Amino acid sequence: MSSQPKRPATKLVPVPSTNRIPERDADKAPILECRHLGIDFGGLTAVNEFDMAIGRTEIAGLIGPNGAGKTTVFNLLTKVYQPTRGTILLDGKDTHGMNTAQVNKAGIARTFQNIRLFDNLSVEDNVKLGLHNHIRYGMFSGIFRLPSYWKEEKIAHERAMELLSIFDMQGMAAAKAGSLPYGAQRRLEIVRALGTNPSLLLLDEPAAGMNPSETAELMENIVRIRDTFQIAILLIEHDMSLVMGICEGICVLNFGEIIAKGTPEDIQNDPEVIRAYLGSKSEEG
Amino acid sequence: MGRVNRGWKGLKKSTKTDFATYLGVIAAFVLVNALRGGGMLSSSLTGQLVPICCYIVMALSLNLTVGVLGELSLGHAGFMSVGAFSGIIAAMSLQRAIPFAPVRLAVAMAVGAVFAALAGVVVGVPVLRLRGDYLAIVTLAFGQIIKDLLTCLLVGYDSDGLHMAFNLSGTLTINDLGLKEGGIAIIKGAQGATGTVTIASFAAGFVLIMIALAVILNLVHSRSGRAIMALRDNQIAAESVGINVTKYKMMAFVTSAALAGAAGALYGLNYGNLLASKFDFNTSILVLVFVVLGGLGNMWGSIIAATVLYILPELLREVRDYRMLVYAIVLILVMLATNNAAIKGFFARIFRREKGGAVQ
Repeated sequence: MSSQPKRPATKLVPVPSTNRIPERDADKAPILECRHLGIDFGGLTAVNEFDMAIGRTEIAGLIGPNGAGKTTVFNLLTKVYQPTRGTILLDGKDTHGMNTAQVNKAGIARTFQNIRLFDNLSVEDNVKLGLHNHIRYGMFSGIFRLPSYWKEEKIAHERAMELLSIFDMQGMAAAKAGSLPYGAQRRLEIVRALGTNPSLLLLDEPAAGMNPSETAELMENIVRIRDTFQIAILLIEHDMSLVMGICEGICVLNFGEIIAKGTPEDIQNDPEVIRAYLGSKSEEG
Repeated sequence: MGRVNRGWKGLKKSTKTDFATYLGVIAAFVLVNALRGGGMLSSSLTGQLVPICCYIVMALSLNLTVGVLGELSLGHAGFMSVGAFSGIIAAMSLQRAIPFAPVRLAVAMAVGAVFAALAGVVVGVPVLRLRGDYLAIVTLAFGQIIKDLLTCLLVGYDSDGLHMAFNLSGTLTINDLGLKEGGIAIIKGAQGATGTVTIASFAAGFVLIMIALAVILNLVHSRSGRAIMALRDNQIAAESVGINVTKYKMMAFVTSAALAGAAGALYGLNYGNLLASKFDFNTSILVLVFVVLGGLGNMWGSIIAATVLYILPELLREVRDYRMLVYAIVLILVMLATNNAAIKGFFARIFRREKGGAVQ
């Protein structure tokens, strides 16, 4: 792996719902499709007419100015909020009526903008909680320490260590999650999310608070995670070097509405996007 | 944390703490039995042994709800009373069927646990779906309601089996049950359980503590326990990794209620007469004080706090007039001590080499 991840030479091709996904994923249905998604809080429309498709192995970006509704989209996808309008199709299946835990079992895992770890538990236990639905023994096997407890816990331990090795964090396994430095906490959140074996990983500002060299390392790791696990990744990020560096498809939100979609080149040259970020000439005057 | 290292130092810190807790309880049991055998315990203290065991189990079980699950329960005595009265009914009606007292006691504690668990389900199903402090409010009400209901309960036993009546109108007496010749009145409404054959023993209390400890510690260090602690630390994150919130809240709460029920049954069978009003709000708060002072989620802390704070008022009988004053002062001192940075630092220095896991 080179020190700087190569920008993928991506061509986006249309899929039935008039959205576009990378060409290599075109022979399979998109992992996620949002159609006319929207939510109102009282009289305020936070997100409206959100249409997006993500390919099976795509790294997609969701960008926009502060308060554009990016995290709200994540909360809609993971059913922290129930959408007011529209449909979310995960692998072709409507997630209507599911709660957050069920959406996770169906294949969406996420990290949080303001880190949400299980602070009082060890790093290893945090990862094991990501593996929760893949550990197969019940309450009674746990209380009576039946053979299935020992067997499954051993597998879980090995799997947790394997996942921690993605970020070379095995040495911290026994430390309390809350005592980790900031960057390690962000990485642990990603590891925990990967433990749930998702088909779509949502990363909410993974590079927040990181310095340029840490960000470069993170970019490499995100690409590596996509390649190793063959999953789709949707990320919210303000660091344009990261977004333009690894995202294949980008979606720009402003005031809850999509103002542009396309490849990084398309987005960089889009007058609408430039106006949203920098303000229009008339507003400047 | 290698699997190869099988020595004491290779064990996880939590495993060592658990092991020390079990050993401590066994050592205390042996010591107290030796002292009692040598006649070195006062009769008043000997009489307190079973209640102390019951309150230790109460504190342990409440710690599961408050410390491990992170939900506040203010009606834990309610589950104790359900266990106590159902246990007494079971023990009294099984007198002929199971003549051997220890087995009858075990059955009574199991019955108490089952009924308290059922009460836990009834309270938990509607409340644990909600977010916020609703559990505190509802358990507070539950504690009051169950006390009033038990005050109306009339139960007798004769050759036809159990007879039960609810004295809601206040006009019924135990005679209205129509017990046959040779029947026994087990619970007489406002007079509570009377004439109970006391079969509780200190050994049973010790066994119950060990069972409660094993259930709680094994649960905490299993997949289910991790999920329960995840809910305490961050419910939104727990949901995001696919943890079923209601299921694991119910699991912790009902287990907690069942253990309280078993403790209640033991408590009830330690007294010939028992009033429902014994299990009031004050008792719930007393147990909560044990848990908070012993440390949330800290099981050995609960055991020590329950023991010391239960014995203390008895020891202070000598200075009768100032008893509650001294009790309050001790409470304040303990709170100050457990939150004192200097004292914490002192213990941290002693145990520093015990700490594992490099943290930058």
